[in-house]
Amino acid sequence: MSTIVAISTAPGIGGIGIIRMSGEDCFLVLDKIFKQKHNQKIEDIKGYTIKYGNIINNDEIIDEVLVSYFKAPNSYTVENMCEINSHGGIVIMNKILDLCLANGAELAEPGEFTKRAFLNGRIDLSQAEAVIDIINSKTDKEAKISIDQLKGNLSEKIEIIRRKIISIMADIEATIDYPEYDLEEVTNANILKILDEVDILLNELEKSFYNGKILREGISTAIIGRPNAGKSSLLNVILNEERAIVTDIEGTTRDSIEEFISVDGVPLKIIDTAGIRNANDEVEKIGVKKAKEIAEKSDIIIAIFDISRELNSEDEEIMELLNNKNAIILLNKIDLNKKADVSKLEKIEKPIIEISTKTKEGIDKLYEEISKMFKLKEIANDGELIVSNARHKNIIINSRKNLEKARDTIREGMPIDIISTYLKEIIEELGKITGETVTEDVIAEIFSKFCLGK
Amino acid sequence: MKYDAGEYDVAVIGAGHAGCEAALASSRLGMKTLLFSISLECIANMPCNPHIGGTSKGHLVREIDALGGEMGKNIDKTMIQIRMLNTSKGPAVHSLRAQADRKKYQMEMKHTLEKQDNLFLKQAEIVDITIEDGKVETIETNLGAIYHVKTIIVATGTYLKGKIFIGENSYESGPDGVSAAKPLSDCLKSLGIELQRFKTGTPARINRRSIDFSKMEIQEGENDIVPFSFEDKTREFEQIPCWLTYTNEKTHEIIRANLHRSPLYAGLIEGTGPRYCPSIEDKVVRFADKERHQIFVEPVGIDTEEMYIQGMSSSLPEDVQIAMYRTLPGLENCEFTRPAYAIEYDAIEPSQLKSSLELKNISGLFFAGQINGTSGYEEAACQGLIAGINAVQKIKGKDPLILDRSDAYIGVLIDDIVTKSTAEPYRMMTSRAEYRLLLRQDNADLRLTEIGHNIGLISDERYERFLVKKKQIDEEIERLRTTNIKPTDKNNKFLVEHGTSTITAGTKIADLLKRTELTYEMLREIDINRPELDKQVIEEVEVMIKYEGYIEMQKKQVEGFKKLEKRLLPEDIDYSKIKGIRLEARQKLNKFKPYSVGQASRISGVSPADISVLLIYLEQKKKAKKG
Repeated sequence: MSTIVAISTAPGIGGIGIIRMSGEDCFLVLDKIFKQKHNQKIEDIKGYTIKYGNIINNDEIIDEVLVSYFKAPNSYTVENMCEINSHGGIVIMNKILDLCLANGAELAEPGEFTKRAFLNGRIDLSQAEAVIDIINSKTDKEAKISIDQLKGNLSEKIEIIRRKIISIMADIEATIDYPEYDLEEVTNANILKILDEVDILLNELEKSFYNGKILREGISTAIIGRPNAGKSSLLNVILNEERAIVTDIEGTTRDSIEEFISVDGVPLKIIDTAGIRNANDEVEKIGVKKAKEIAEKSDIIIAIFDISRELNSEDEEIMELLNNKNAIILLNKIDLNKKADVSKLEKIEKPIIEISTKTKEGIDKLYEEISKMFKLKEIANDGELIVSNARHKNIIINSRKNLEKARDTIREGMPIDIISTYLKEIIEELGKITGETVTEDVIAEIFSKFCLGK
Repeated sequence: MKYDAGEYDVAVIGAGHAGCEAALASSRLGMKTLLFSISLECIANMPCNPHIGGTSKGHLVREIDALGGEMGKNIDKTMIQIRMLNTSKGPAVHSLRAQADRKKYQMEMKHTLEKQDNLFLKQAEIVDITIEDGKVETIETNLGAIYHVKTIIVATGTYLKGKIFIGENSYESGPDGVSAAKPLSDCLKSLGIELQRFKTGTPARINRRSIDFSKMEIQEGENDIVPFSFEDKTREFEQIPCWLTYTNEKTHEIIRANLHRSPLYAGLIEGTGPRYCPSIEDKVVRFADKERHQIFVEPVGIDTEEMYIQGMSSSLPEDVQIAMYRTLPGLENCEFTRPAYAIEYDAIEPSQLKSSLELKNISGLFFAGQINGTSGYEEAACQGLIAGINAVQKIKGKDPLILDRSDAYIGVLIDDIVTKSTAEPYRMMTSRAEYRLLLRQDNADLRLTEIGHNIGLISDERYERFLVKKKQIDEEIERLRTTNIKPTDKNNKFLVEHGTSTITAGTKIADLLKRTELTYEMLREIDINRPELDKQVIEEVEVMIKYEGYIEMQKKQVEGFKKLEKRLLPEDIDYSKIKGIRLEARQKLNKFKPYSVGQASRISGVSPADISVLLIYLEQKKKAKKG
C-alpha cells in the first residue's frame, strides 16, 4: 500500500499539531525530511519510541519536532507509522505536509487511516459501520467543497487547460486511428506550443491558490507609521494577547523579523517586527523609506496615525503608500486630546478605526476589519478546505511534472504514441479535480473535429 | 411437425465472424458443436468493407491468433493486398491491414468449418430458445427440429429484425439479400432480454470496368510484411492496388438538394448510428465547410469486377446515389452493381452480460459480435472466440476466461461494453486502451500464447515453438545489455556517420540502441558477434529495448490497476443491502454485477467513496465467515 499522510489535528487556533503518516515506506519518506538528533538508523529504533530532531528541507530547518515511531504491525493502521509532533502551528504544519508529499507520500483520503486500520484487521466488526460513516460524512463535506469550487474559477480554468490538451490529443489520436485519411499530421512544434500555453496556465493556477497560500503562509501584514505613532505599542498589544501564535520553546531560537497571530483561525504574518521593536534607535529614523519597502511586500497595511499631534509631511507620505493597497487606517491615542485634522485621512477611502494602544480600545475592531477584508471566516470555516487545496496543488504540480516529461519525450525524438501517453496522464491528473475521465472525452473530440469513417 | 434432433453441447446461432470463431473454438476443445446459418452462402461474409485489420483491429486479429483463433490464418490465405499502417507513429500503434478476396475468405472459412471434427454446420433459422430452471434447454429451427443443448451462443450480427432503407424504399432483410431473423428477436424479448435498435450502412458496389482509374491516386500494397498469424510465414503474392478519389462541391450540392428524401433525415430510421461511420449525407451536413471528402475504391476480390467505394455509404434513393457517385473523378460513367443502403437491426443492451459474455440472468446463454452492439468483423470475431471458450469452460465446470484491460485489446473491448451502456455501435480504437504501450500487435503472442495453450487451443508443438522464440528474445536482450562497445576510432567513426554522439568509455549495445538515431539493423556493423535471428524476434527485441523506460512506466501503472482487479466480487452480493453505498451506486452495482472491485470502479455513477465502503463490506464478510 502507498504511504499516506495528513494533518491529524484540527486546523485553526492552537500552536501544536500532529502530522501523521502510514504505509510500508513511511520511514523512507520520514528519513528524507527528519534529521534526528542522534542519527540512529531506523532498524535501531524501536516501536513506541519518541525521537527528537529537526524537520529539514535540504539544509533549511523547518521546525523542531518530536517524532513517535510505530512499527508494523503494532500501530493504529497495522502498517509502519509515524507521528510528527510539530509546534510550528498551521503554517509550519502545512510546510511539513508539503515536504512529505514532495518526498513520496500521498495525501490521505477522508477516513483513510481508519479504513486501513480496518482492512488490516485492527478494528473489529462493530466499528466498521462507524468507519463507513466517517467516509461518508467526510466525503459529503469534500463533495460540498468541490461543488463550491467547481462553480468557481478553478474548475473553469482547469477545464480550459483540459480542453487544450484534449484538443491536441484528439488531433494525435485521430491520425493514429485513421492513418488512411489526409488529416494534418500533428507536428512537435504544435504540441510544444500547446504545452507552453498549458504550462503558463498551470503556473498561474499554482500561484493563484489564494486561500491555500493564506493558510500556509499567512497574510503578510505591514504596520507603518511615523516615529512614535504607536507601532511598537500596537505590536506589543497584539502579541501579548492570546491570539499570538507562541513558538518560543526553550532551546529554540526564532527569527524575530516576523511574528504570527491568529485571526479567525488564519495566520496574520506581521513583517519587520524587528524594525518596529527598535522604535527608538537609528532604524526608526530611516522612517518613511523603510515603510515604503515593507509596504510593498505586504498583503495588507496597517497605517497608524497619532491623532494627539497634528499630521505632518511624514504622515502624508505614509498616506500616499496606501493607494491601491489593502489598508486599514488606525487613529491612535484616542485617550488623549485630538489635535489632528482627520479629514485628509477620510479622503483616502480606507476603513478607519479609532484605537488606543494604551487602553486597548478598538483593537477588536481592527481584527474584525481584517477578517472582513479577507473573508477569513470563509477560509477557515472548514478544515477540509486546506486538505482539498493541498490536494489540488499536488495535482497541479503532478500535472506540471508530466508536462515536463512530455516535453522530454519530444526532445528525445520519441514517436507520437508515447508523447500522447504523457498528455493523457496530464488530462487524467487534472480530471481528478473536475471528476471527468479521459477516453470518452478524447473520442468525442475526435469525431466532432474530424470527418472520418466509411 | 416438430421432431427431436438430438443432444449437443454447444449451439452457435449465426456463422459470421463471431459465430465461426465460437464454433471452431468449442469444437476444437472437444465439444459437440452445432453451427446454424440462415444461408450457408453467407458464412464469414463481409457485407461491408472487404478488408481485415487496420488500427486496433489489426491488434485484435493478432490476439485472436495468439489465443488459437482462426481469423488471422484465414486472412493470410486469402488476402490480395497487405500494408503496415502507422509505422512512423510509434511501436504501440503499428497496424496491419489487408484487403481480402471476399469470396475466397468465405469459401476458405466454410471449408475449415466443414473439415472440423465435432462441428456440425446446418443451414437453418433458429426461431426459439427454451429455458428451464434459469438454464438453456433446447433450441428450435424453423423446420421444427428441436436440439437439446448445454450452452447457446447467439451471434446473429445485424440479422435480428434487419430492415434495409434505400430512399423512400424500405424492406425487412439482412445484408446481401439474405432474409432477416424475426422470430428469434421476439423470443429474446420474451426471455426478458433488453434490446436496442442500432443502425449502420454500406456504400454501393461498382463494376470496375466502368471506372476511369487514370483520374484517381493509386495505393499499392507493401512487400515483405509479416502476416497476421504468428504461425504463418511471409508470402509473396500479386498485390492488387486500392484507389483514392474525392467528393467535390457538385457531389455535396446533389446531397443537399435531396436530403428530404433520406430516410434518416425524414425521420424514418429510429436506430442510432455510429459517429465513426457516418453516411456521406451525414458528413456533408455535419462538416458543411469541408470542401471535399476522401473516397477509397477497394477491390472486392480477384474473381470479380466489383469494387467497394469506401466513404460513400448512404441511404439516399438509388437515382440520387447514382447521380452523386457520378460527380466523382473517375466515376463519371460508373455502373452500380449494388446500391448503398442503411440497415437497422436489434442488438442487446450489453450491460446484461458478464465479462465471460454469458447473460447474467440465464445460465448457458452467451452473446457475441454485432448483436452486442459492437461493429466490425474483428470486434465480432474476438468476442466469438471468447464466448466459444467460455461456453466450453462452463460445461467443463471451469472458471471463465476473462482478459483484463492490461492483458489485451479484447479485454478492453469486453470490459467497455459490459460496464458502459453504449448509445451507438462500439468500434475498437487504440485510444481506448490505457496500457497500449504494452498491448502491441507485435507482442500479442508473448501476451496470450500461454493462455491459449492452457485453454487448449494452442497445440503443444506451437507452444514449444513459441517458447523457443521467447527464449531467443530474452537471450538477445540480455546479450545487448551486457555486451560492451569499445570507444575505438572505428566505432566512434560509425557513430558520427549515423549522426549521433561519440563514446568515451565502453558502452552497452542496449544503451546505444536506445538512441533515436540508431536502429538494431544499423548496429550490425559494430556488433560483431551477433546471432542470426528471425525478423519477428528482432522486432520484439528492438521495441523492448528502445522503449524500455516507457514500457516500465506502464507496467507500474498496471500493478496499481491489478490490485483492485484481483479483488473478485461474488455474484450473489445484494448491493441494495450494503449500508453506506449511495443509492445510485447501489442500483448501478446491482444492475451491472461487476466481477471485480476494479470493474465496479469503472461503472459510471460509482464513486471512490462507494468503492471504499465496498472494500470494507467485503472485509466484514470475510471476517464474519472466519469468526
